[in-house]
Amino acid sequence: MIIQAEALVKTYSVGGTTVRALDGVDLAVEEGEMLAIAGPSGSGKSTLMHILGCLDRPDGGTYVLAGDDISRVSKDRLAEIRNRRIGFVFQTFNLLPRMNALENVELPLLYAGLRHAKDRAAEALKRVGLEDRMHHAPNQLSGGQRQRVSIARALITNPAILLADEPTGNLDSRTGEEILVLFESLNAAGHTVIMVTHEPEIADRCRRQIHMRDGRVVEIRGAAGRG
Amino acid sequence: MLFWTIVKVGLKSLVANSLRSFLAMLGIIIGVAAVISMLALGAGAQKQVMERLTAMGTNLLVIRPGQSGFHGVMSGTQETLTVEDAQALLKEAPGIRRLAPAVGSIAQIKYMAQNTRARVTGTTATYLSIRDFQVEKGRVFSDSEVESMGRVAILGPVTVENLFGISDPLGETIKLNGINFTVIGVLKAKGDQGWFNPDDQVIVPYTTAMQQLFGLDHVAEIDVQVADEADVTALQAAITKVLRKRHRTQTGMPDDFNIRNQADMIETANQFTRTFTILLGGIASISLLVGGIGIMNIMLVTVTERTREIGIRKAIGAKERSILMQFLVEAVIISGLGGLIGVALGLAAAVAIKHFSDFNTVMEGSSILLALSFSAVVGIFFGWYPALRAARLDPVEALRYE
Repeated sequence: MIIQAEALVKTYSVGGTTVRALDGVDLAVEEGEMLAIAGPSGSGKSTLMHILGCLDRPDGGTYVLAGDDISRVSKDRLAEIRNRRIGFVFQTFNLLPRMNALENVELPLLYAGLRHAKDRAAEALKRVGLEDRMHHAPNQLSGGQRQRVSIARALITNPAILLADEPTGNLDSRTGEEILVLFESLNAAGHTVIMVTHEPEIADRCRRQIHMRDGRVVEIRGAAGRG
Repeated sequence: MLFWTIVKVGLKSLVANSLRSFLAMLGIIIGVAAVISMLALGAGAQKQVMERLTAMGTNLLVIRPGQSGFHGVMSGTQETLTVEDAQALLKEAPGIRRLAPAVGSIAQIKYMAQNTRARVTGTTATYLSIRDFQVEKGRVFSDSEVESMGRVAILGPVTVENLFGISDPLGETIKLNGINFTVIGVLKAKGDQGWFNPDDQVIVPYTTAMQQLFGLDHVAEIDVQVADEADVTALQAAITKVLRKRHRTQTGMPDDFNIRNQADMIETANQFTRTFTILLGGIASISLLVGGIGIMNIMLVTVTERTREIGIRKAIGAKERSILMQFLVEAVIISGLGGLIGVALGLAAAVAIKHFSDFNTVMEGSSILLALSFSAVVGIFFGWYPALRAARLDPVEALRYE
């Protein structure tokens, strides 16, 4: 198991009342899986993604990622885990505007303490089909190309899981389809992919889908295992 | 992340907001330039005063009426010193090479239709050699002219210029407080001393000055030149003994005069210029501090504006320390670069002040170093809080920030 989460609880207090964003979520993900976390907004899927992505820590329960119990580790250690084990792909791409594609992709390796990472960044861009756009700034790239850059950035540290948060949300349907195909091919090449989405047709592309509502998993469709 | 990479990233984001970075830098530039030029001005004043004190003549003792206060002298309105004191000292205190009594006051000076006010010093010819004055044209007055209350005057070059312009003053008649004097000599220029310009004065026999010009029966000072082989401390003691006896000062009562030697005067002048320098530097440092607050302000804006960037960096694995460093480096680049430009500007200002005004400036390596390290410290100090705020941002919140 690459992910083993049990009884995850996360609460927020909003204006004096306590909201249980996660109310006892269990989740196990196998290596090489392609999994969708689906649900309407406010269902807790984003909170779950933040915890799975080590951006946040749960208030209760345990989370074991690739053998490390990370429910109670320090902030620095969390940053290291994000750097090495997790590749994020965001709906709004989240590229740094003043850096070109190559520099954006290289950045995680610089934070990992590597010195010459340009070659590896170029290789990652090649994998997503952007070898001729390496020196373009994000604002010189189309939405689909930007999302490919951010996928290349997510891949560069060879992470245990790829976490995609509505990766096609800001793209037209044709470009969105291309991105989904790219995720499928990455999954076929052995990467574990977790996709957070509220669109059923995108969730259906994954072999297994978990549906959330009010901080709980309400339905699991499909079977665990490699897609 | 490598330090050099952080510096590169910092430079990039400063260039991306170049106007804002420049404005933040401007505060530091002005502050450092002010510190540098003010310290140069202070050092210049110090050097000038020292030079002038040395030019006043060596082995000089100045006896003035009144008790010495805790800083130098109380203004001597007391009338305790007389010409007879001076004559007695010459006879009774061993170790005096020569001495000269002097009185002085500001007087109205007229030549034809020209009018000016200047200091009139009444003394003997010896005074001029003790005080290291030289006569450029003409001659000094003789002993007989002093004894006979001669109405002869030696003018400083500035006074000559004020009264005569470019024409020759020798032999001309001027009026001091309405009394006619013949100009017999012109002094060589010594240069302004700051509080008193020795080139703008009229020197006349003390006898004439005391009895005809000002109506005085006491002298304002007695200048004593110590003999080469004599011990200054012993001589001061001897003078004190003679004067106390002549003034019938009771045992246990303080002296009614004070003796200052050149070391005292140098010390007083040093104290004065040091205070002057600290004052100038202190005022200038305040502008450096204000510059630092400007940096803090800009950095806080920058951090807020780049919240999302910080979130992204954290998501891909930046530790708090890396974010802290990144923003701290930006602040230090602003202050450091501002410091360098400020040093250049300050040095230019110091050169300009020296060139275009009467003030002397001296550039010291230590003040440059001081200003530079101070500006770096300002960068770290005022950059710390914004950088810490950036580093402590919650990644989830930061990623959500629009």
